[in-house]
Amino acid sequence: MKHTRIVMTFAGLTASLLLLVFLNVNVGSVSVSPLDTFQVLIGAQENETMYNILWKIRLPRLCTAAVLGGGLALSGFLIQTFFNNPIAGPYILGISSGAELTVALVMIFVIGKHNTSSSLLLIGAAFCGALLSMCFILMLSARVSRASMLIVGGVMIGYICSAATDFLITFADENDVANLKSWSLGSFSGMSWDNVKVMSIVVLLCFVLVFLLSKPIGAYQMGELYAKSVGVNIRLFRVVIIVMASLLAACVTAFAGPVSFVGIAVPHIVKLLMKTSKPLLVVPACFVGGAVFCLGCDLIARTAFAPAMLNISSVTALLGAPVVIVMLFKNGRMG
Amino acid sequence: MEPIVQTKNLAVGYNDEILLKDIQLKLHRGEITALIGPNGSGKSTILKTITGNLKEIAGVTYIDKDSIKELSGRELAKKAAVVWTERVKAELMTGWDVVAAGRYPYTGNFGMLSERDKEAVERAMTLSGVADLAESDFNALSDGQKQRLLLARAICQETPVLILDEPTSYLDIRYKAELLHLLKKLAAENQVTVLLSLHEVELVKKVADYVVGVKESGIFCQGKPHEILQETVIRALYDLDEEQYRFWFQRTW
Repeated sequence: MKHTRIVMTFAGLTASLLLLVFLNVNVGSVSVSPLDTFQVLIGAQENETMYNILWKIRLPRLCTAAVLGGGLALSGFLIQTFFNNPIAGPYILGISSGAELTVALVMIFVIGKHNTSSSLLLIGAAFCGALLSMCFILMLSARVSRASMLIVGGVMIGYICSAATDFLITFADENDVANLKSWSLGSFSGMSWDNVKVMSIVVLLCFVLVFLLSKPIGAYQMGELYAKSVGVNIRLFRVVIIVMASLLAACVTAFAGPVSFVGIAVPHIVKLLMKTSKPLLVVPACFVGGAVFCLGCDLIARTAFAPAMLNISSVTALLGAPVVIVMLFKNGRMG
Repeated sequence: MEPIVQTKNLAVGYNDEILLKDIQLKLHRGEITALIGPNGSGKSTILKTITGNLKEIAGVTYIDKDSIKELSGRELAKKAAVVWTERVKAELMTGWDVVAAGRYPYTGNFGMLSERDKEAVERAMTLSGVADLAESDFNALSDGQKQRLLLARAICQETPVLILDEPTSYLDIRYKAELLHLLKKLAAENQVTVLLSLHEVELVKKVADYVVGVKESGIFCQGKPHEILQETVIRALYDLDEEQYRFWFQRTW
């Protein structure tokens, strides 16, 4: 019974993933047939427009949505485990906004001035910003004992960072901000294969490491005291979790800008589907679930009001925020 | 006989601030030691230090002749298991899952349970009378049931030392009796050394072989139960005047 649920969940996630990959490739302002896709993949496509649409636009965008979606869900799961708080996540705690601020700074003052751009520089900047926000959150969590106050504090940090980013964009040179504006609204578009390569390496490495940490994560879910009593090295474990969660959130923000609610909604849905919180199962399911969620949201963002495109965050919030509300109803006694 | 747990000039507290000092404890194999004393006197602080959750501010704690500072987390986890008094959140975990978490020091990198691990979990659950809760959702259980599952978790860790922080807090009389009986059985039959803090002085005589009273800056008194459970000692330990003492300890029926 229990095993069936888990097998069904993974089967369902995989099927959704394949279906959404198919739809994301073929649906859009130009519809593409599966035969065309196949020809592009084996390098036999002669229609150059078709080749460009698929190889330069849709496929990188699809990979971006899947990889970053997975990373974001994983980051959310880590942060929830760390703070023992079901509605914590990289966006709501202001970690994504911290990353956004430092990326905007680097875009304006380094990339804008010297005309160089590198994925690693952006990830590095985002990581610093994410860690800074995370430090504030950690300081706050040492002082407030109520889980809800931590969330309020995180939301405030998020607002401050977003406001600062807005100032930067408003007062920056017109030339510098063309990219910045669209990026700061959140989007999976405009990625080169080089970008995709870098983000995939970072996110997949984090995923593997987190998966290998399934055992101590499971022990930590019962609280720090019990984790310690069975032999988890708490200090090291906490540092690794914080770094992983920040790096994942930073990587997403560096490439796609702020993307809301994926980190809260996906882990919750996945746990409910499988009726277990065992990290050995939840970690991979979260990753695939995040990919599915973001592929679905991106498809909606692209096609719902085509040719106009929605911000990815509007769609993820529309689908993700209700999940949080449902959790609040269910979990009314959260302090 | 050599004590299995021993502290020498141990000082405990939070953030380098000393709460209790000059703690000399000796726990012997198969004995039950009870920590008593007023609220906030530092019973839990001692337990958290001996289990390595808090740093020793001064002095040393030895388990089996090894200083706990020099033991790895896993080695220490094979020597001492703990039941804390704080409530545990265990989202979407069954009774079995919670108990099986005690096998952590013995399982491989992914925490998969071997046949031997599963047997240990089953044995511990039967011993603490929670075999029927294996499939139940942990969060939906009563405090008493949770407490017994956490005890089973500590038992299946198969350690020579068992530490319990006010284990009787959430239990009604029957479960208190069962718990204390089980601890006595573990101590007598398996030579498990038990250290527990207790709110209820009345229970000390029923369970403990040795009593340690904690107050203000250190160990206030220690000795056999009949030595400590005296009107003068208890009144001084809990700051009771004669009338309060009478009121509490008079025979009710």
